[in-house]
Amino acid sequence: MLIDKNLMRLVKIEDVSIETPTVKTIFFKDSLSSVSKPGQFLMVWIPRKEELPLSVMISDKKKYAAITIKKNGYGSTSLFNKDIGDRIGIRGPFGNSFSCNKALNNVIFLGGGTGLVPLVRLLYYIKGYDSKFTFIMGAKTKSEIMFTELINEWAKVKKIDLHIATEDGSLGAKGYPTDILRDFLSVHKDIDMIYTCGPELMMKKAYDLATKYSVHMEASIERYMKCGIGICSSCCINDKLVCVDGTIFNEIKIQKLTEFGVSYRNKSGILTKF
Amino acid sequence: MDYDIPINIAGLDLKNPVIVASGMLGLSQSIFNRLYKIGAGAIVSKSISLLPREGYRNPTIVSVGNMSYINAVGLANPGAESFSTEISKNNGPLLVSLVGSEKSDFSSIVKLFRDHKILGFELNLSCPHVEKMGMEIGDDLNLVYDIIQSIKKETTKPLFVKVGLGKSDIVEVANVAESAGADGITAINTLRAMKIDIETQCPVLENKIGGLSGSAIKPLGIRCVYELSKSLKIPIIGCGGIMTYSDVVEYMMAGASAIQIGSLIGLKGICSVGKIVRSLRSYLEAGNISDIREIIGIAHR
Ligand SMILES: Cc1cc2nc3c(=O)[nH]c(=O)nc-3n(C[C@H](O)[C@H](O)[C@H](O)COP(=O)(O)OP(=O)(O)OC[C@H]3O[C@@H](n4cnc5c(N)ncnc54)[C@H](O)[C@@H]3O)c2cc1C
Ligand SMILES: Cc1cc2nc3c(=O)[nH]c(=O)nc-3n(C[C@H](O)[C@H](O)[C@H](O)COP(=O)(O)O)c2cc1C
Ligand code: FES
Repeated sequence: MLIDKNLMRLVKIEDVSIETPTVKTIFFKDSLSSVSKPGQFLMVWIPRKEELPLSVMISDKKKYAAITIKKNGYGSTSLFNKDIGDRIGIRGPFGNSFSCNKALNNVIFLGGGTGLVPLVRLLYYIKGYDSKFTFIMGAKTKSEIMFTELINEWAKVKKIDLHIATEDGSLGAKGYPTDILRDFLSVHKDIDMIYTCGPELMMKKAYDLATKYSVHMEASIERYMKCGIGICSSCCINDKLVCVDGTIFNEIKIQKLTEFGVSYRNKSGILTKF
Repeated sequence: MDYDIPINIAGLDLKNPVIVASGMLGLSQSIFNRLYKIGAGAIVSKSISLLPREGYRNPTIVSVGNMSYINAVGLANPGAESFSTEISKNNGPLLVSLVGSEKSDFSSIVKLFRDHKILGFELNLSCPHVEKMGMEIGDDLNLVYDIIQSIKKETTKPLFVKVGLGKSDIVEVANVAESAGADGITAINTLRAMKIDIETQCPVLENKIGGLSGSAIKPLGIRCVYELSKSLKIPIIGCGGIMTYSDVVEYMMAGASAIQIGSLIGLKGICSVGKIVRSLRSYLEAGNISDIREIIGIAHR
């Protein structure tokens, strides 16, 4: 029988893995999410607490799926505190996905914070392609860097160039991941795609660089979400709804989004500057 | 041209009778422009209160299957001042929905919009899940009368009054609205409803109780429009569970001069607005109906 993806499904947390002191990956069984495309997200219900939009993470087990949560405020901390055996509700997967194109020669992934979740999932899916991969990740400090073990594991089979930037210089280069991207683009003229997800101001810098060097890009944009199904308009950016028209937009679409990197809607819908 | 099914309602000329209901994509001018372009006959904004409201914590919308939802968004909106800036350059067919908790709120809000290029206003008397707003006002007939009069004092633009199924009789509330000077009635809003997750044994919506919309409420909407059109002289906009052109036709046969769609947009996406207009046009063409007014209230014969 066809499952209505909008109907909430209750799932049991089957496994948990600690990524950093404040980030956890939670595994559960759900066939709809397990076949979601890289970049799609779920609406995750933490009973009696909150519902949050979260990117789908990787699960190797058939019919299983995962989400990765960073402890932040009320909702995310409630989810972070859940453990094996606890139950959460999910609906989705929602949104479009990153394009996966075998013909790409030279691909850059640029991510920061929990923006890394959809990017590592995308890398997982396309790591078998013949393309060259460069992964640039950023964080405030060393303890917040995550998923490097995963990437290094995959790098044993296929070369993946991993670059790290921390704001305090405690690991990798001192500065922003976009500094690494800038230097990289000025040297390598054969890049054909930048996939990015993370803080919008970081993605805006990446967009400006991509435009300067005429490189294609796809960015996953985050907005405050309530319904996830395109009716409440809380997630709008210009005339697009991030939950259904996105979350992934390419450089041609971003060009028309004058609010990108400039303003977002707060919980009551007021356009607010970053 | 594809979207032309001209209709006049309460003195307003609309290019077609398909209106986007309040609460659907109702916050941003850019989205309104997109909706006009894809065929909306008119749009009702999200209900606007004097001050900004963040609404309830998520989950605010839950699907209950059978093309129906329960929502308790909690009237989240940017407030009258921000919204008046948002729509200051509007020149499309927009109705501003009003919500408030006392009489003075409404006149203050209306003052901010009366010089804007908008069609008019819709008074939300029927939101079923926010205390002291919407329904609780709709149930107090004297207050309804006073509010409508105070709005009509501030503007000459048409005022639609959206009524729902509260404690008072819907026909009685609508009659009061008409006698107070309302130019049209919108019926119906969502109905108080609830969903409990049986495994965790807890209510799903953060607010616990919300409003039911979608297919489940259509027969109630049809009945209300049918009864209302028997006793009112002012036109009626039908709303509740409209999913296809045949639902539009059913509402119009019951007596609606125009209709609003809501949940359909969540189920079938933003393009469903234009699609329903086009299929309504095909229906009229196939039946050799040259003027859609021919079918309004036909079920009363
Ligand atoms: C498409 C998408 C994918 C996401 N993927 C992940 C992920 O994989 N892992 C992860 O840890 N986080 C992810 N987030 C962010 C996550 O939804 C929450 O914003 C974050 O967990 C903070 O929640 P909180 O309850 O602690 O925030 P609060 O303390 O309540 O608020 C802090 C800030 O978080 C943001 N926020 C809170 N609720 C929402 C919401 N419903 N929609 C959007 N933003 C919100 C707002 O900017 C708010 O100002 C994603 C967001 C979106 C839109
Ligand atoms: C998410 C959501 C938000 C709504 N917000 C409002 C609102 O702010 N004001 C209002 O008058 N009606 C609001 N409504 C009610 C709709 O305008 C409409 O009356 C109702 O959904 C029935 O129509 P439908 O079955 O086509 O959805 C809302 C409905 C939904 C589903
Ligand atoms: S989250 Fe409601 S429209 Fe996107």
